[in-house]
Amino acid sequence: MISLRSEGRAMGAVISRNFSLIRRYLGWEVVFAFYNAVNALTIALIGLAEPGPGQGERVLYLAIGALLWNFLSVLFFEISNSVMWERWEGTIEYSFMAPVRRITYLLGVCAYAVVYGLARTLVVLLGIFLLFHLPLAHADIGGALLVLAAASLPFIGLGLLGAIMPMLSAERGAQATQVIQGVLLLVSGIYYPITVLPHWLQTVAWFSPATYTLTAVRQAVLQGTAPGALLTTMLGLLGAGLILVPIGLWAFHIAERYALRTGKLKRNG
Amino acid sequence: MLAIECIDVAKSFRPEGDSPFRRKRGKVAALQGISFAMPEGECFGILGPNGSGKSTLIRLMCTLLLPDSGQMRVFGRDVVTAPQEVRRLIHRVSVEASFFKKLSAQENLDYAAGLYGLDRQTARRRAQEILDRLGLPRAKYRAPLEEMSRGQQQKVAIARALLTSPTLLLLDEPTTGLDPRSRRDVQAFVEDIRRDYRASIVLCTHDMQEAQRLCDRVAVLRDGRFVALDTPEELAAAHGGGQGLEGAFLALTGEDPNDEGELDA
Repeated sequence: MISLRSEGRAMGAVISRNFSLIRRYLGWEVVFAFYNAVNALTIALIGLAEPGPGQGERVLYLAIGALLWNFLSVLFFEISNSVMWERWEGTIEYSFMAPVRRITYLLGVCAYAVVYGLARTLVVLLGIFLLFHLPLAHADIGGALLVLAAASLPFIGLGLLGAIMPMLSAERGAQATQVIQGVLLLVSGIYYPITVLPHWLQTVAWFSPATYTLTAVRQAVLQGTAPGALLTTMLGLLGAGLILVPIGLWAFHIAERYALRTGKLKRNG
Repeated sequence: MLAIECIDVAKSFRPEGDSPFRRKRGKVAALQGISFAMPEGECFGILGPNGSGKSTLIRLMCTLLLPDSGQMRVFGRDVVTAPQEVRRLIHRVSVEASFFKKLSAQENLDYAAGLYGLDRQTARRRAQEILDRLGLPRAKYRAPLEEMSRGQQQKVAIARALLTSPTLLLLDEPTTGLDPRSRRDVQAFVEDIRRDYRASIVLCTHDMQEAQRLCDRVAVLRDGRFVALDTPEELAAAHGGGQGLEGAFLALTGEDPNDEGELDA
């Protein structure tokens, strides 16, 4: 019981620390949110470039891509770079020396990433609602949110896998996570159907959870597909999460042991 | 009971820049055959020139490194097989006061207390008491760490360590780079901790007067090996040549203890 309370406090400490950091870097947060919103709006505006029927659906198609990518990329970035921030600040040895289970620490990071990602996405959503009149009469928003919730799990798993790289090298690890994020953006059909990709890239797209997430969310919002009809996709995403999260935790454990053996947890490098 | 039992511990590293795929150079031995036993309640000093392996030894004690060979136990718990149990007993103050620099002392200490499962209000009260005793102005408590002097940051680092009431306190050059007054404050506080809490302390230092003042026994480390281990008085008498502990350090290591140019390995 006491141990559970301690672990709960430790998880709360990680979340609270990250929100304190947001408060201290508030100027940057406003700039990032502004840029995200403008970026999403400019992408959605492409939908208006071609007049005629289906214009509203085109804007909505692009807006869904921008919103989902905003959430999923923040989720991946925050988790995969949590270790990098600690390395840059020089606090990683103190965090890892504390008698807290690594899974607790990582759960704190993931919980913060979900809340922070949702907040950032909400800002973008407000911007889109202010600028566009979207045809949402047939949309099944509840179904879309269920798909998004299911998609969070595999992205948390990918984030955990990404987090092991900055543990081994702060700079190169951060570079590697950017590359992974770029590949996911390219292949997952964020702003276009994956059928426009070269065939070999379409094969890569099959391995991205974002591909299935976007397809299902677009079905729910654009065609009003009921959650029951999206159940297979949701179960698939949950299944991918149930595989990727344990693999991420296991890989993190192995990487941490390697870092302890080779002295990679030291402040620099 | 023994606070630390170290049996034939060795640790080596690959040089920086050596990739695991294209190894150019062999491993560099940081520690070789280190053995000692430290009774509970002792203040055990480790002296050695830069790069002699002091920080590596401290990192092994606080489970941030795994030894290549040998055994290290903290209050009977093995640092390799029972790291979580060891972590509950220890805390460390290093030469760099590693904090989230944009966060205030209070926010950093809240984070540290939370990681150790401490109740926030109790931890805040305790932190305030420690910082008052260390002479940190209360107005600084909510200021970002980056606005504090190095001495003030180091006092917050000491508060962070003591907040968790460690049974074994690992002090890795805690006064290096501090002004004389801050140095004196920290040294007096270490004496208070020993007196009030009977904490066991390992102290790495370049300051011979500090070692003389605080340590019951001192080990001299050179090239990853202990070349002497005794009380400061005995070391001075045996190797000092009339120049006290500083003379002993010079004789045993061939280096000037005041040379603090680089951070230790």
